[in-house]
Amino acid sequence: MEHQQKPVSPEMTFPQHHHSDDEFKKRVRKTTILLSVITVIELGIGLTIYNIHKGPDPSHLLVLMFKGMVCILTLAKAYYIVSVFMHLGDEIRNMIMSVVVPLLLFIWFIAAFLWDGDSYKNLRNSYDKHFEEQKTEKKSSGGH
Amino acid sequence: MSSNETAQQVKWWNGGRSPFNLEYGKLMMWYFLMSDAFTFGAFLISYGTIRFSQNFWADPNVVFNAFPGAGHANLPLAFVSVMTFILIISSVTMVLAVHAGHKGDRNGVIKWMLWTILGGVAFLLCQAWEWHHLITGAHPVLAEGKIEMIGQTMGGNPWGRLVDPADAQHALAASSHETLVDLVHEYPKPGTNLAGLEKMDTQQLAGMVDLEHAHIRTKGPIAFGGYFFGITGFHGFHVFSGVIINIVMLIMTARGVFDRRGHYLMIEKAGLYWHFVDLVWVFVFLCFYLI
Repeated sequence: MEHQQKPVSPEMTFPQHHHSDDEFKKRVRKTTILLSVITVIELGIGLTIYNIHKGPDPSHLLVLMFKGMVCILTLAKAYYIVSVFMHLGDEIRNMIMSVVVPLLLFIWFIAAFLWDGDSYKNLRNSYDKHFEEQKTEKKSSGGH
Repeated sequence: MSSNETAQQVKWWNGGRSPFNLEYGKLMMWYFLMSDAFTFGAFLISYGTIRFSQNFWADPNVVFNAFPGAGHANLPLAFVSVMTFILIISSVTMVLAVHAGHKGDRNGVIKWMLWTILGGVAFLLCQAWEWHHLITGAHPVLAEGKIEMIGQTMGGNPWGRLVDPADAQHALAASSHETLVDLVHEYPKPGTNLAGLEKMDTQQLAGMVDLEHAHIRTKGPIAFGGYFFGITGFHGFHVFSGVIINIVMLIMTARGVFDRRGHYLMIEKAGLYWHFVDLVWVFVFLCFYLI
């Protein structure tokens, strides 16, 4: 930052780069619009899923595709919040990696635990007749 | 990596040069937020595990379709989008507060912190309304051969599969007088009022129930309530503590503490926490309301 002459703490040994006022305002405005637009698209997809469900024969593949799209859009939103609003994108690469690399654990975390839930369902559908009944009961009545 | 053009040549770890160039408290805030991300992640993933293990799950567009003051209008996603925008906007005002802090602009910080706190309080009020509506709003379910009116609680949810009206017809006779009054009152016939309905006997009431429109369901998976109230409650607690932190920061700013200190780093740290609260909401929004 231009106005800051001395480093604010002993851990900072060289001045940090800061954006100028105009540059900053442009960046914040752009990011705000981007986040809002992504949220509106997400809501649109949410309503699309709702209408597919209401229809006579909901296509599970289509619903799954829309849900995947929403997930990707959410990740984009998360990227902009962390990178621009939280200024992680402006930090030293070393520091960014020390936060981002541990988060890669989520890849395994999500995959393993959703797989586990799915496997539990399949096992119960195979061996627990009462549980299986819930699946077929009143199939005509919608939901998923 | 805009801070240094010769980054490739810099020997970051040879001493004499801070490898992260970040104040200690701010770095530790980042690591706290990373660990908090794993806490929230674990909650949401376990919700996903349970959901994947069920043959049926409540459709969020059916569960969250109410709007304050709109009565029984079916407005899926409307209220939660208001909550989402409140949080996004309060995140933006926080960015502006941090920027004002960089410039040492005390009045700017005070102004934007006030807006941020207002956004946080508005979000909490919205959440309070939503919880209250879910818990107290009774919906008809067919369970153990009779129809009853239940709300969304930790003990059960009224959003199972839709029941065939023919099946519900049999259950009417076994249902309580109170339930039947509620069911008839939901879609009242012309010329009836609540006091009049309460005087009728069960048989008369049973004949008046509009089963085609009553949307009677089975009970949904019990885990839904615990996960929803647990995770949105934990997030709401983060919002609440964020508001408290922001109020403390506002008071410290107003008293000139940061001006005397010569920097507004505390505002940056509070800002990181506040943005994280917004970040978590993005994922709560995804997991509970969108998919």
